[in-house]
Parts: sequence; structure tokens; C-alpha cells
Amino acid sequence: MATILRPSSASTDAVRACEHCGLPALGVAPDGDDAPVFCCSACATAYTMLSEHGLGAYHRFPERRLSAVRPSGRAFSDFDHEAFQSRYVQRDADGLSRVELALEGVHCPSCVWLIERVPLLMTGVARAELDVRLNRAVVTWDAGATRLSEIARTLDALGYTPHPYRGRERAALRRSEDRAMLVRIGVAGAIATNAMLAALAIYAGEFNTMDGSALALFRWISLILTIPTLVWPGRIFFTSAWAALRARTVHMDVPIALALFAATTRGVINTISGTGPIYFDGVCVLVFLLLVGRFLQARGQRAATDATEQLFALTPATARLLHDDSVAEDVPADALGVGARIAVHAGETIPADGEVLWGYSRLNRAILTGESADVRVDVGDTVYAGTLNRTAELHVRVTASGDDSRLARILAQVDESARRRAPVVLLADRLASRLVLVVLSLAAATFVLWVRRDTAAAWDNTIALLIATCPCALALATPLAMTTAVGRAARTGIFVKGGDTLEALSRPGWLVLDKTGTLTTGETALVTWSGEERLKSMTLAVEATSTHPIAAGFRRAWPGLMPGVATNVTHTIGGGVIGDVDGERIVIGSPRFVATHIGTPTDTLQPDNSGESPVHIAVNGRLVARAGFGDAIRPDAAASLATLRARGWRTMLLSGDAAGVTARVGATLGFATEDIVSEASPEDKAERVRALVAAAGTSKTPSCVAMVGDGVNDAAAIAAATVGIGVHGGAEASLATADIAMTRDGLAALVALDEGARRSMRLIRLNMAWALAYNVVGVSLAMTGHVTPLVAAVMMPASSLTVVLCSWLGTTFTTERR
Amino acid sequence: MSVLYLVVPLALLIVGIALGGYLWAVRSGQMDDLETPGVRVIRDDE
Repeated sequence: MATILRPSSASTDAVRACEHCGLPALGVAPDGDDAPVFCCSACATAYTMLSEHGLGAYHRFPERRLSAVRPSGRAFSDFDHEAFQSRYVQRDADGLSRVELALEGVHCPSCVWLIERVPLLMTGVARAELDVRLNRAVVTWDAGATRLSEIARTLDALGYTPHPYRGRERAALRRSEDRAMLVRIGVAGAIATNAMLAALAIYAGEFNTMDGSALALFRWISLILTIPTLVWPGRIFFTSAWAALRARTVHMDVPIALALFAATTRGVINTISGTGPIYFDGVCVLVFLLLVGRFLQARGQRAATDATEQLFALTPATARLLHDDSVAEDVPADALGVGARIAVHAGETIPADGEVLWGYSRLNRAILTGESADVRVDVGDTVYAGTLNRTAELHVRVTASGDDSRLARILAQVDESARRRAPVVLLADRLASRLVLVVLSLAAATFVLWVRRDTAAAWDNTIALLIATCPCALALATPLAMTTAVGRAARTGIFVKGGDTLEALSRPGWLVLDKTGTLTTGETALVTWSGEERLKSMTLAVEATSTHPIAAGFRRAWPGLMPGVATNVTHTIGGGVIGDVDGERIVIGSPRFVATHIGTPTDTLQPDNSGESPVHIAVNGRLVARAGFGDAIRPDAAASLATLRARGWRTMLLSGDAAGVTARVGATLGFATEDIVSEASPEDKAERVRALVAAAGTSKTPSCVAMVGDGVNDAAAIAAATVGIGVHGGAEASLATADIAMTRDGLAALVALDEGARRSMRLIRLNMAWALAYNVVGVSLAMTGHVTPLVAAVMMPASSLTVVLCSWLGTTFTTERR
Repeated sequence: MSVLYLVVPLALLIVGIALGGYLWAVRSGQMDDLETPGVRVIRDDE
């Protein structure tokens, strides 16, 4: 009987943690008891490199990156070419060269530490400075002492695959925006604190007997302080409110501008007349707090909107053009014409789509298909730009280059999807439009009620109402709660760009998942086994000396099992292994290999359409066991999906793989048959997701369509979804458009994300309830004529402070360690 | 109380100087990256 094995990630004592990345080390056997063990050779390389240069301190970080090093293996020779250098490299005055590189895999404090110590690893590198938020490193080096390609290879070996940074112009624009906002906040903050001091003097003076002239002095000082804060930092609220009114819409800035205007006008009149409340301290503090909230919100959301600009250059900048089969010339890759012949060495990325004319090699096409296994290519095969040539030189006849290549077309689609996506309408803005109506009608009511009794009091109370209903706390509720939630999510390995995605996620709709690398681990693993228990240790014995992926798969599947001792072991390449254990002859290998050795006719073999690679095991000339190898389902997938379905998500499996294997994985994980889609091209995937988003409705609160994927083949679909999620281990460069990136292994992170989004929304609602409660109290006091200067002075900051505390103390993402 | 006419403008002048220092820091790029410096000091070389 076939049984699905769930590979245990770390269950037995025999499993030790990889010395470099902390993941279970299974693939590489330890040399001795105390020798460090590693999960993969890439981690071992990185570990050795660091210890040799005295950077072993990295491995004592409590919070280092918990994911295996995944170098791209590229040679980066294009980084040295003239075309690349003239475009991306600057020469500093002191003769050093400087380049800005976008790095993959940067997520935590230890990354900063490590990357900024690259000068210690390499002679000739003067400085390396990292900006964690932009994943951008500025590297300064001496072009005479080392080459950029070498620096790039070092970064790649550490797991930080570099790409030329293309978002420079946008970054400069953002920087000046950021600086302008910081200047505003600084000015508003300085004025607010001093206006409060002046106000303190005035209130203190009310209880003691203050000199009339001193009181007037402080009132005039408040006025003089307030005018610049409104004209300079506070102006953005008035311009934004005016723009909204002209566009015949209403958002949060309209009631804010109204309150600021009413309070200031009243304050100026009262200062000149020398009686009544002046409100200036409240106005100044309000402007300051609102600017801080706006700054936090803008920074969070910008990362998501800018992403498409920063889609990494996934194809090399230059290509090697061949004349007469021998003479090679470096030309810009974009300039390659159709029919040109190019040479691509091993370790290089293919610069254009084309057809192989000469050579035989293996390609890694993960960037297009998500499949991590290499594919063989031969003369006549089609190759695509962006894929990596692994083993040998290829000559290629170009069929499409630059913007016409398949990769460029997919990326263009990613860009277009991202542009067409409707922004999430925030709860706060929906509330604001209603709030304005309520406030205006209440103000009108107050005026009408009072005007018959006392015209002066009518004006006073109407203005007091406008001030008391200022949605200051309401405007702060969302940015504060979201900023703290996003910060806490990052500590649990979930990187959210922009709080509005969390709000969208709190309305469950469709959850669309890619298969390879998302639901499955993406590596060769034992999926089915039918045979006796004692055969397992015999199999391990025979396979013990093999480095074949199948042998590694057996070892990973049964980590705690002690292998027996095998003798007379012989390996046949492309066939299998034969050996003796306890006097019994064991044959392990492909069905054809085993059948040939035990003498059964090979033409009786059943064709296999399960999508697995079958391995047969024979003992003493008799077929006794069958094993199926394939892409193993992640151990936490079934439970996580069940939880998410119970919370109202409808799940869809959207895969580019063959129907058989997709159906098997889908059935195992409980997808409804009509929700399993196989053989979908990247373009199909985007189209499907777009259709789901359209079906989800165009109402103000459409349900969320979330796409979870891991490669360029999913990138367009990720960009088209309401919320795009990139999972751990994916091609990070291609997932720049994902709203949420996970650095935690497995699908449990999705459950944590859903939970966190719900909690964040609950927190926002609580914040808003507080803010509105203060407003209601303020309104009733104002309508009955009870808003004294002191009441106003206490209520305004108190409501904002409550929201700040609430955001800070509320639980959103649990920060338990993974 | 007449001393107020001296110390209050003086206080505002000091605030103005401090604000000027802050504006200079922002414009010379010291506030461009608000996250990395925070994690850079996490552990220095032993």
C-alpha cells in the first residue's frame, strides 16, 4: 500500500542544527562528533569563509538569519564589463569606485553586521554600507586591487545575491520627500512644545493671580508661534483638504482642516479682544501629532507602491557576440538583434531568448518555472533570458532580446498588474466622509439652538464643537496601529509592506496558492513507500556511499534509522546501485534497471503517470519494495490550510505543473476538484487572479484575493492580487512586487499572518472607538456650552494619547520565537 | 514680571538655534536612513 510520508523536519536526536543557518542538517553527514555540521555545501562554504577571516562572531548572534544560504552560482562577469560600469559605477574623487547594489536575502540585524564587514573578507574593498529598508548596499572599492565581479561573488556566496540598483532616481525623489517631512515634523514639534509651555503659564495664571500684561504676553506669544506652524508644516492639511473638495470627495483632511481653521480663527479673535479661550496649544500639538502619523503611514505604504520600479535587472547587461564562431565581442544585451549568435559560459545568465546552436549543458530555469532542479538542453532547444547556464558553454542564436524576451514581457505584465490594482480603501477614510456630514449637521444644529438665546455663545459653542470633533485621534488610529503591527510582524519573519494590506487581509476571500516551492518543498524527497520495515535499513546501507539526490532523499526520509553494513557496492550511472547486506543481494534503481537485473521482461513495466520518479528495490532477485520520489508536501501545509479554510478563506491551487502531480497534491491537501488548476503559464496565472479580483466585487469593501507564490512565474499573479504574498525561499528579486514577504519556512506563517491581520483590525476598531467616544463627549459638552479652555486642553491630547497607548499595548502579531 | 520680556524671547532664541541644528542634520542626510543605524550597533566587534 502506498502511504504518504510527511518528512519530519527535526524530530529525532540524531538531527543536529546546521552550524551556519540553524536549520536541521540532514544532507551532509558529520565528520566527527564535535565537528560542525551543515545543511548544505553552500552553508559550509559561507561558514568556512567567515571563520577564516575572524568573523566567527556572526555565529554567536542570537538573531541571525534562519534560512539556508542559497547562492545563485552566477559568475557575475557582466559586472566587470564596460557597459555595466559606465551605467552603474561612479568614480569618487579619491580614485575609488562606488556602486549601489540591491541585495537579496537582507532581513535582519545580523545581515547589516555581516555585509558591512565584507571589507574584512576581501582586500581592496574600502567600505560597504547597507540600508536595511531598501535592501541596498553602497560598496566602495579600489578598482586596481579587486574586481566588482569578485565582490559580487563573495556577497553571493554569503547568500546575498547582488543586482545593480535601478531605483536611484526614485530613491532620490523619495529622499527629498522624506527630508521635507522630517523638517516639517521638527518645526512643528519645536513649536508645539513651546506653545504648550506658554499654555501652561496661562493655565497656571488662571489659578493664581497673574499680571494682566504677562497673560497678554503669553497669549500673543502663542499666536506668534502658531501662525508659522500653520503656514509652514500645517499647510499640507489645508492644501490636501482643498484638493479633496475640488475633486468632490471627502477624506480625513477635510474635518481636520475645518477644525484647525475654526480654532485658529477663534484664537486670533480672542487674542486681539483679550478674552476667551485661544486654543493655540491644541492646534500646535495637533499639527505635530498628525504629521508624525502621516510620516509613519507614508513610509510604510511607499515600499509597496515603489516596488515595481525596483524590479531587479534579472538579465545581464552585456552579451558575448560571436563573429565567425570564434571572435567574441562584448555588446550591450539590449542591442542584440534577432539572428545574432552569442556565447554563454558556464555560470552566466543567458542574456536573450534563443535557440541552442552548439553545446550541451544544464540550465537552472527556477526564475521562470519555480522548479529548482536543473534541466538538460541540447542543440535545437529553446532557452530563455534570465535562466542560468550551469555546466558548459553554449552558443545561442538570438530569437528575442531586450524588451521582447519572455522574461521582460512577464515583468512588464507584473508592472502593468501593479499599476491597475485599485488601492485599498481604508476604514478610516470611509468613516471620514460620514463624519464630515455628521459634524457639519451637528455644528448647524448647535448654532440654531443657541442663536435665539445668545449670538456670541452660539458662535463660541459652534466653534468649540468643530474643535472637539477634530478627528485627530481617528486620523492617528490607523497609522499607529499598523506601524506597530508591521514592526512586530517583521520580528516574526513576516515582512509587510504597508499597513493597508493588513486591512485588506482581514476580509477573507480567495487564497490562491502556487504548488512548487509554496505547498511543496521544491526538492527531491521520498513521497511514497511500499515495502517491509526491515528493507529501510538495508536500503540505507546500500545507498550510504552514494551522493545521488535519491540517496540523499532516502537519508532525509529516515533520519533516525541506523544503516546496516553493505559490501560489494557498485553504482551504475543513470541506473541504480547493487550491494550485499547480511548475505542478501540488493538491487535498487529505476524500474528498468531493477527488472534487467532480476530477469523480468522490461516491456511489462507499467507506465507511471503519478508525476513521481519510481525507484524499485529487489532482494535476492525478487521485487520487494517500491519507492516514489517527488516534490514533498510541506509538513505543515495540510494543517495550515485547514485552519485558513475554517477562517473563511476559499483555497485554489494554481500550478504550472502537469495535471497528474497537481491533482495528487491538491487531493492530499483537500482542495476542491474545481479549484485545482494545472499547466498554467505565468500569463494564465495572472489572468485567473485578475478574474477572481474582478469577481470579488467593486464595492467599497471587496473580499480579499491573496496570491501566494515563490517565483517570477507567479510574479504577475502576485501583482494582480489584492494582496500578493511571496514565500520563503522564492526568487526574492522577482518578488519585489509582493505586498508581504515571508522569511519563515512553511505555511504556518500564513496562519500567523491571517491571525495578525485580524488582530490589527480589531486594534484599529478599538482605537477608533476610543477616538469617537472622546468626540461624542466633546460634542455633548460643546452643545451644552461646557467646553472651557481647560477642558479643551485636556481632551485634545488625552484622546491622542489613548490611541498611542492602545496601539503600543495591543497584541497583534505574537512575538514568540520560531 | 518684567524679566519675562527678556527670558521668553531668549528661550525662543535657544529653541531656534536647536531647530536650526536639527534642520542642518536633516538636510545633510543624517536622517535619511532611520533603521540601519539602530541595528548597526547591535553587537560590535569583541
